[in-house]
Amino acid sequence: MKSLAELQAIRDKVRAQVSVREGQEDRIRILVGMATCGIAAGARPVLTAFIDELEKRGITNVQVTQTGCIGICQFEPVVEVVTPGKDKVTYVKMTPEMAVRVVNDHIVNGNVVQEFTIGAHTK
Amino acid sequence: MRELSLNVMDIVQNSISAGATVIKISVLEEEQKLTIVVTDNGKGMSKEQVCKVIDPFFTTRTTRKVGMGIPLFKMEAEMTGGSFEIESDLNKGTKVTATFITTHLDMLPLGDINATVWLLITCNPDLDFIFYRKIGPLDFTLNTKELKDILGEIPLNAPDVSQWLKDYLTEQTALLHGG
Repeated sequence: MKSLAELQAIRDKVRAQVSVREGQEDRIRILVGMATCGIAAGARPVLTAFIDELEKRGITNVQVTQTGCIGICQFEPVVEVVTPGKDKVTYVKMTPEMAVRVVNDHIVNGNVVQEFTIGAHTK
Repeated sequence: MRELSLNVMDIVQNSISAGATVIKISVLEEEQKLTIVVTDNGKGMSKEQVCKVIDPFFTTRTTRKVGMGIPLFKMEAEMTGGSFEIESDLNKGTKVTATFITTHLDMLPLGDINATVWLLITCNPDLDFIFYRKIGPLDFTLNTKELKDILGEIPLNAPDVSQWLKDYLTEQTALLHGG
């Protein structure tokens, strides 16, 4: 049974782990469009997949956030990956499986998954 | 929308955009009736604006001209013979109440409401969420304020904490369903 006491234990464990987590300002941000259009197109499982995959891999220097409608509703679910010092990458028509691939290829290995980008869709 | 829990996610985005710091989500199931209430302490709306938000061609956003969130939710409630209401006070907050008749043919499933609540908390660790769930005579409340008091500086979206949160929601819901 999950209890609040257990949460206390988690706090102490995490506190011990968080020694040096500096340099938060240059971390990668993943923005998932969660307006009506995005949600209706299936953005929630995509967002969940990103969080789950990052947790599974123990990646803590990536911030996953929601964003509103950016005006390209026909391409939802839309995900933007913002890496400081690099061009923003916009992925379109995302699925949970594609989210896992983006984490593996793009976030971990630094290779943009070209075929999922808006550029590949509008050619 | 395929499930009502997705509408809840959508409606709560309005609260976040309105600058709310405390958002309460209540989901109450009684015999043949489901009530969803979202209350926030955001900037609220004037009487005039409240009348307008049920019109799909009213939106405050600038990226496009149509706002479907509230009209969709209202339609889904009324389709079942239920009701829909928005109460709002400028600078105080907004309360959206939707009631559904669950036995109606057009009733949509509630879906994974825990996934909605979990994502909202994990993605907005600085906001406070109160989630109240009631099925028949049994209920539970999750208040992130209480969790933060225990956690101190550790954020709600720390991996271990968010996993705990997910399991906690699952377990509490299972108890409501009779274990």
